[in-house]
Order: sequence, then structure tokens, then C-alpha cells
Amino acid sequence: MKFAKTLVTAAALLALSLGGASAKEWKKVVIGTEGAYPPFNYVDTDGKLKGFDVDIALALCEEMKVECEIVAQDWDGMIPALLAGKFDGIIASMSITPERKKVIDFSEKYYNTPPAIVAPKDTDIKGVTPEDLAGKTVGAQVSTMHADYVEKKLTESELKTYPTADEYKLDLANGRLDAANDDSVVLSEWLKTEAGACCKLVGMVTPVLEIHGPGAGVGVRKEDTDLRDMFSAAIKAIRANGKYQEINKKYFDFDVYGG
Amino acid sequence: MTYIDAPSTERPPAARRRTWTSARVTGLVLMMLWAALGLSIVYMLVVGYDPEKVTKYGPRILSGIWVTVKLVAMSIVLGALISIPVVIGRLSHNPIIGGIAFGYSYFFRGTPLLAQTFLVYYGAGQFTDVLKAAGLWVFFRDAYFCAVFTFSLNTAAYQAEILAGAIRAVPSGQWQAADALGLRPFTTMFKVILPQALITALRPYGNEVILMIKGSAIASIITVLDLMGQTRYAFSKTYDLQIYIWAAVIYLLTVEVLRRLWEMMERRLTRHLRR
Repeated sequence: MKFAKTLVTAAALLALSLGGASAKEWKKVVIGTEGAYPPFNYVDTDGKLKGFDVDIALALCEEMKVECEIVAQDWDGMIPALLAGKFDGIIASMSITPERKKVIDFSEKYYNTPPAIVAPKDTDIKGVTPEDLAGKTVGAQVSTMHADYVEKKLTESELKTYPTADEYKLDLANGRLDAANDDSVVLSEWLKTEAGACCKLVGMVTPVLEIHGPGAGVGVRKEDTDLRDMFSAAIKAIRANGKYQEINKKYFDFDVYGG
Repeated sequence: MTYIDAPSTERPPAARRRTWTSARVTGLVLMMLWAALGLSIVYMLVVGYDPEKVTKYGPRILSGIWVTVKLVAMSIVLGALISIPVVIGRLSHNPIIGGIAFGYSYFFRGTPLLAQTFLVYYGAGQFTDVLKAAGLWVFFRDAYFCAVFTFSLNTAAYQAEILAGAIRAVPSGQWQAADALGLRPFTTMFKVILPQALITALRPYGNEVILMIKGSAIASIITVLDLMGQTRYAFSKTYDLQIYIWAAVIYLLTVEVLRRLWEMMERRLTRHLRR
């Protein structure tokens, strides 16, 4: 009898502590970003994380009145690291895709730019349709919607995936790849650099909703619905008070929020 | 002064009663912890078994295993061929030849395989024009060939050290005896020295193949879809950690098969030593 009593007490305590956890006050939020996806996130020459994503993250934290710490995490471990509790939010230009939504949750989008295809300057690729790219080797970063798009829609092309964007850029420059698929802003920024001089923009890819989703959002664990709503509200707020536009202007000459 | 071994009057020690010493308790607890860990992994695999994922990614994983096996087999065989001149160099008394061979194995054993692979794959990419002119770009364009190339050069250095060491370990009397019998150098090497050296070399060779199997996972980061590459692909789609456990189990099984094969070979090679 005594044992049963102890058991009940333990269960009650457990329930209490779990209940307490869900009502957690967010005082400090750790945010993960990649740091290899300029101009959205990159590591500056002084070793600091910089970029549009990082500035947006800081603005959101300020708006939410929480203390923030931004940490770098390799792209292919981003979602596992979030699930393992290494950080509480992903602000790394991660698109809100159905596949990811099976495992994590997202805030509303904070930007949306179309994908594009680039190729070496002397390419014979005329356009971005599956027929234009048939038989070509197309590179993309692993575990991205861009890789997913090549796999699902450009079925006649061979997909090669790379751990970071830097690596497919190298292989594009040296001719191992016939083309690459990534975000149009990321690609056009790269084309402006010395390393990007090898290549040119072939064309924009029309986004497919079930692959590309509505844009990039803040990734959170599914149980942290309160944090998700806080981020969504903060995005709305910085759009309204002009902070977003200020950051936008720092990096781009057009509105990346998209339609 | 001489000692004579007197017949021992001591009786064999009585079997001591096993008492629960603290060391024994600690050992038992640790053993149970390990067993629990092992069981929980098995439990995880059983509970998390998802037929949908198996049908979706199983064939890819199988093709990955095949790529890994081919990659390792090719690298080991090519490496063995490359290692022959290196061994000759390592055993040579000529300081220049010896120095070159030493430098080769010093470099390949002293730097990470990962760095070597990157150096070949992305380094070759920097010299496309030269390589194209030489007609070698077809080879270096392919990530798989780049991996085979790097792994062969790398394992050749290790294999050369293994073989050179084993040949040095054969007693010099064997050389002298062969000489006294008037055997030609070729016969001495292949009929007298190498059969003895290979017995010594067999175990380290097995280790090298095992290291190569595990090291070959590096190919996955230069876009080769080997076992690790396919595992990473499946993981990037599902975010399911179990896939890595399955990959570990497959690597483990591959190594186990190899270990048994090696045991059989050793038994065959040392059959004259058994009593």
C-alpha cells in the first residue's frame, strides 16, 4: 500500500514538473545559424557571425525582449541540433517546407526570394526547364529545397549534393558541375565576386509550393508553440516599425520579404 | 652454487571463495550499464523499425554498400601495387631512393586522409586547364576516381611500411642460408623471404583493410554516394538518427566478415607451425 502511495506521489510530482515546463518563461533564447550562406549568414573576417539572418535574429530578440545568443551549426546537422536542444530557434534562411514541418515547426516567413539556376559562362544550357537541363549534372547544397527540386522536378538531370554552398561553387567554377540550383539572391551575390566570375545566371526557377514552401521562417521545436508565436508576432512588429526595412536596405536594393 | 629443484611439497592453492570485493561490484555494475546501453540500442532499432523508410532508402543503402566495397577493394589492390616500388625504396641502401620512399610514406602517413582527399578533389579542380590539356580531366572530374586515387596513394604508404617492416623482421640467417645454397636473388625473395614475411604482415594488413573500410566514409563528402553518402542522404530526408545506427551496424558486419576471412587466411598460412 505504501508503495502505491509513493508511486502516486511521484506521478503527481512528475505531472507538476511537466506542466511547469510548458509554461516556461523565455528569458534567454539560443539561436542557430549556419554561417556559410552569404549574404544571409556568414562568418566575417573577424570571426563573427554576420548577415541578414543574424541582423534579423537580433532585431527579433530585441522585439521579444529576450536575451539572445547566436551559435553556428553545420547545415546538415541543423534540425537534429535543434531537436537535441542545442539551441531553441533556427534563423538560417531555412525554408518552411512540408518535409521539414513533419519534424519541426516554423514561425511565419521572414523573407521569400525565388530560386535560380547558374552555369559556367560558356554553357550550352538555354533555360531552366527539365528539358534544358536534361543529362546535365546539377549541384545543390545537401538537405535543401533546391536539392529536393532537382531530384523531384529535374528528373533527367544528375543531382550532386554538397555539405555547404562553398563546395558546389568550387565545383561549378572548375567544371565538374554543369549548373547549380540555389537561392537567386545568394547566387547573384556570388556572381558579383571574383570567384563567381566563372559563371552566369541562366534563369529564375518558378517556385513550387509543395517543394519550396512559402519562404524562410524561424524553425522551432514542435512543443515550443509559444516561442513560435512570439517569433511570428515579432516578425510582424519589425515589419510594421521599420526595423525590417532598415536591415533589408543594408543588404539588398529590393524587398526580400516577397509577395 | 647450483640449485636443484626439489619436488614441490606445496599443494595447489585451495580455490578461494569469491567475495564481493568493491572492484567486482564496480565491474559488474559497469558490465550491466554496457549491456543496458546495447540493449537500448537494439530496442530502439526494433521499436523504430519503419517499413516505409526501409523500402524507400533500403535500396539506396544497398547500392551504397556496393560502392564502398568496390572503392575499398580497388584502393587496396592498387595500393598494394604502388607499395611494391615504395618497399624496394624503403629497403634500398641508396640514400636518394631511400629518401624518396621515406618522404612518400612520411607525407601520406603524417597527414589526415580527409585533407588528402580535399587536396586531390578540389586541388585538381584548380588545374582543370592543365589537366584537360594532358587528357587527365576525364579522370579527375569524377569524384569516385578522385577517391580511389587518394585512397590508393594513402594505403600504399601504410602497406609499404607493413611489408618493409615484415621483410626486415625475417632473420638475416635466412638470407645467408639462401645465399649459401646458391639461390638466385629472385628465388630467395619469393620462395624464402616473402613467405615468412607475409605471416608477420598478415595481421597488420588486415588492420589496414579495416581502417580503409572505415576511412572510405570520407568519400561521402566529395559527393560519392557510398554507404556513408547514402546514409547522409537518407538522414537529410528523415532526420532519423536510427539511420546512422544502421550504418554503424553495416560497417560492423563488414568488418566482422573481413575478420573471419583473415582468420581463415592466417590458419592456412601458418599451418606448418601448428602442432
